[in-house]
Amino acid sequence: MTLDDTDRLILNALQDGFPITPNPYEQVARELGLTESDLLTRLTAMKEGRIITRFGPFFDAAAMGGAFCLCAMAIPEDEFDGVVDMVNAYPEVAHNYERTHRLNMWFVLATESEGEIAEVAAKIEHETGYPVLCFPKLQEFFIRFRVAA
Amino acid sequence: MTLDLTDRRIITATQSGLPLVPRPYAQIAADLGLDEDEVCTRMRALQTSGIIRRIAVAPNHYALGMTANGMSVWDVDDTRIAELGQKIGDLDFVSHCYERPRALPDWPYNLFAMIHGTSREEVEALRAEVAAILGDACRGNDILYSTRILKKTGLRLRQKG
Repeated sequence: MTLDDTDRLILNALQDGFPITPNPYEQVARELGLTESDLLTRLTAMKEGRIITRFGPFFDAAAMGGAFCLCAMAIPEDEFDGVVDMVNAYPEVAHNYERTHRLNMWFVLATESEGEIAEVAAKIEHETGYPVLCFPKLQEFFIRFRVAA
Repeated sequence: MTLDLTDRRIITATQSGLPLVPRPYAQIAADLGLDEDEVCTRMRALQTSGIIRRIAVAPNHYALGMTANGMSVWDVDDTRIAELGQKIGDLDFVSHCYERPRALPDWPYNLFAMIHGTSREEVEALRAEVAAILGDACRGNDILYSTRILKKTGLRLRQKG
């Protein structure tokens, strides 16, 4: 689908937040100079057209009691696929990417508690024979993405 | 804050998104057998306590033509990371920006920023923009492009409470 300026305006405005009030779309539409039904029609079209991956609350998984950590490993090319299978077999591995670097495998560990991160990392090291570097987030700088108007 | 069963039901009901109807919270309430006011009150409390970071749209970078992205990594002076990290996180083309620990000697970088562009050339040009902002507070940088998605699963929320 092709986006017009109004779609882009909506995408940018709704990345900054959405009210928790009985008629939130009406409120946002008014702020953007649109009607509520136009806003809802456009959002529905962008969701169906997969321009919008998701619209709703973003939860802090750590605040709900989980722990997350970005991890990296350096795996020789000829052993890479075998190690991928071993690493991906852990249910705690949430996603995993091959990247262009000596540290060529980057994955996120998601566990129920902070302590389990180190335990799972140690198990992966033991099973694969390669070190797992852990990069927990220390500070987050606001996540956002602007659509060029 | 401690989540009770009702909070968890609200979280589960909104994980896939907010309904696109004029009164979305009333619809969530109806689905859960609650009233609109209670859903709004609880969701505001979840937001105040930081469990809901924000209610927002997540655009699909690929569908928007931003098909190139790279994980740029920077070795930034620790005394300036808070100030400079915020500056980089505020850039329009950066989507995820975190301070993470170095892993010396293998890994000297402490600032991670995902850069999105329409081509790898554009991503490299944007990386140069970031380098210019960091100036001499940055001792080195690199960029890692993803070549393959090896695994991708969603966030699993524990069902208890």
